[in-house]
Amino acid sequence: MTDQPDTPNTRELRKNQPRFSGMESGHRACLGCGEALAARLVTEAAGPDVVYANATGCLEVFTTAWPESAWRVAWMHSLFENAAAIAAGMEAALKRQGKSTRVIAMGGDGGTFDIGFQALSGMLERGHNVLYVCFDNEAYMNTGIQRSGSTPHAAATTTSPSGKLRMGKRHLKKDIVTIVAAHHIPYAATASVAYPSDIRKKVRRALAIDGPTFLHIHSPCPLGWGHDGSLSIEVARLAVQTGLFPVIELERGGLAGVMPIRELRPVTDYLAIQQRFRHLFADNARAREELEHLQALADHNIEFYQLRGTHPDTRDTEGADTVTRGGMRWA
Amino acid sequence: MQHALEGSQALARTVALCRPQVIAAYPITPQTHIVENLSKLVADGVLDCELVSVESEFSAASVVLGAVAAGSRSYTASSSQGILLMAEVLFNIAGLRIPLVLTCANRAVSGPLSIWNDQQDSMAVRDAGWIQLYCANNQEAVDTTIQAFRIAEQCELPVMVCVDGFTLTHTLEVIDLPEQEQVDNMLPPFDFERRLDPQNPISIGTLVSPDFFTEARYSHHTALMEALDVIEQAAQSWQAISGRTQYPLLRSSGPEDARIAILTLGSVSGTLEAALEEYPDEPATRLIALRSFRPFPIEALQQACQGLTDLIVLERALSPGSGGIVGSEVRAAFSGVVDAPRIHNFSVGLGGRDIPLDIFPRLHAALRNGDGLPFAVIDLEPDRLPVSA
Repeated sequence: MTDQPDTPNTRELRKNQPRFSGMESGHRACLGCGEALAARLVTEAAGPDVVYANATGCLEVFTTAWPESAWRVAWMHSLFENAAAIAAGMEAALKRQGKSTRVIAMGGDGGTFDIGFQALSGMLERGHNVLYVCFDNEAYMNTGIQRSGSTPHAAATTTSPSGKLRMGKRHLKKDIVTIVAAHHIPYAATASVAYPSDIRKKVRRALAIDGPTFLHIHSPCPLGWGHDGSLSIEVARLAVQTGLFPVIELERGGLAGVMPIRELRPVTDYLAIQQRFRHLFADNARAREELEHLQALADHNIEFYQLRGTHPDTRDTEGADTVTRGGMRWA
Repeated sequence: MQHALEGSQALARTVALCRPQVIAAYPITPQTHIVENLSKLVADGVLDCELVSVESEFSAASVVLGAVAAGSRSYTASSSQGILLMAEVLFNIAGLRIPLVLTCANRAVSGPLSIWNDQQDSMAVRDAGWIQLYCANNQEAVDTTIQAFRIAEQCELPVMVCVDGFTLTHTLEVIDLPEQEQVDNMLPPFDFERRLDPQNPISIGTLVSPDFFTEARYSHHTALMEALDVIEQAAQSWQAISGRTQYPLLRSSGPEDARIAILTLGSVSGTLEAALEEYPDEPATRLIALRSFRPFPIEALQQACQGLTDLIVLERALSPGSGGIVGSEVRAAFSGVVDAPRIHNFSVGLGGRDIPLDIFPRLHAALRNGDGLPFAVIDLEPDRLPVSA
């Protein structure tokens, strides 16, 4: 088949499209890994003139089994809990050398919410010119699905299992973005891997700012959450559409924007397709109580952040994942 | 030029002469005066560098690790609990072959809490893969710090310069501080070949399977053993520049024909030198000040001990359940050696207990008694032991 005159050969066009990717295919992430996709999107948006500090976790392990590496950017992994401090050191060095190269630190929720929290807080307080990206898959997935400070209430993990006496995790998910924003840094935001153009936009925005910035990306883990790998985007989108994961932006600690929810969904739509919440659908009073509890948490988010959209919007939960050629995609 | 300086002040001014681009540190007694002096040098515009005042020693070590990886000469300092909080990063720095210099102002490790000097902290991380150099006095600390940057950058290994807390860090001495030009001749600008560079991106700190890990560890061991030569070369270069005699691996002093020697690390050797003069009637004794503990200079040590019948290893640390740390290593160094000296091993001066001149005759008395075989604490006060039930 030959191309019609004046009809662009799309394959050729794609090849010629200048597009940088800092993370190559061939890595060893699971099918449907939200973190792998999110990390690639971040590197694409950030471009090549970046140095990365990566905390220990799935991302480091599945990209760098020696002697191979999926990274096409200058990248270093040191330890689990020091990515923010490593990034701070890189930034100090590059600043002293008079270079404009940017620094991005990357960690999972374990490395960010929990074990690396002190180093993160120190880096933010000292005002280093670093973008810290947290890929949040809501448990210690690299070691086999153990609870973290980010695991949502009532989710079952191997260290917060459901049983006769327990309904999964007893505690609430730590509100990390608010805690980070309380350092009064110029920019902190949440994003979801279901909304790639929103991630790109936020990475570019963060990198345009002089000072510490923070991006928290909700990234499903099919293995840990117990859903089919082909549903990762759907699951991530439902977390936003139910109000359980508010997509927000904070400047200097104050709320500066939200992704409005056009079609609000009940939390059960999100919970029912994940094995980690299966025990909440048993026919008993405690399960019903926990479901109500989770719906109340979502309702609180919707009310607190005013997530209900009033009119269709290109930036809301339906508009933001619609690919608009030449439009919002590269916004 | 000669100055009357506190040890920490001399060290801070020496570090400044080495032109570090990034310094990160967290205050801890007795290292505090070093970072305070460095901060003042930065505030006064004498030292032009990025001073990162971190929230913990863990981050201090991590910041300098990141800074060197990005291509800048970097420095940090700590003590005791700080060294142990850094421990995970110290192993990582060494394993990633990151050249940097750390001053360890040696202090006991809690508990019970003690802020005073012994060398338990640096001994606890002896297997971290760092070069460890112990200084007998503040002039040595100054000279060693300069050489340490040269050694680190040439070997791509981190160097820990161990300086006895308080005994050296807080003591005023006359010190010959080198001129900037002399230090510049010793230390060319830092050019780290493996630095993170977006123009030539590499991955540092990857996951290594059992297929390659043994080789990674072995090459690290080899690098440390090969550092013995670099330590000697650096000492020669600095001796030529400074005009001061340098003792790269160890310093052997005292009568050549002595059949007894005392081996120490750090400032105790100064006490013993004075004791040698104070007690001229004691048997002839040679003093061996071990400067390089990692790499451990087996050959140089064997050579220094030729003709000895007895070697006393006197150390300011203790491995509970085993005994002396340095003593065990010295014994291992003489394993299978014909005519090896008897090795007596004593701990002394733990948690800052003063080591008076009369330690010298007491050691000789202990030797006559056959003590310290394999190990004893020479300055133990039995009446102060906890009363057992």
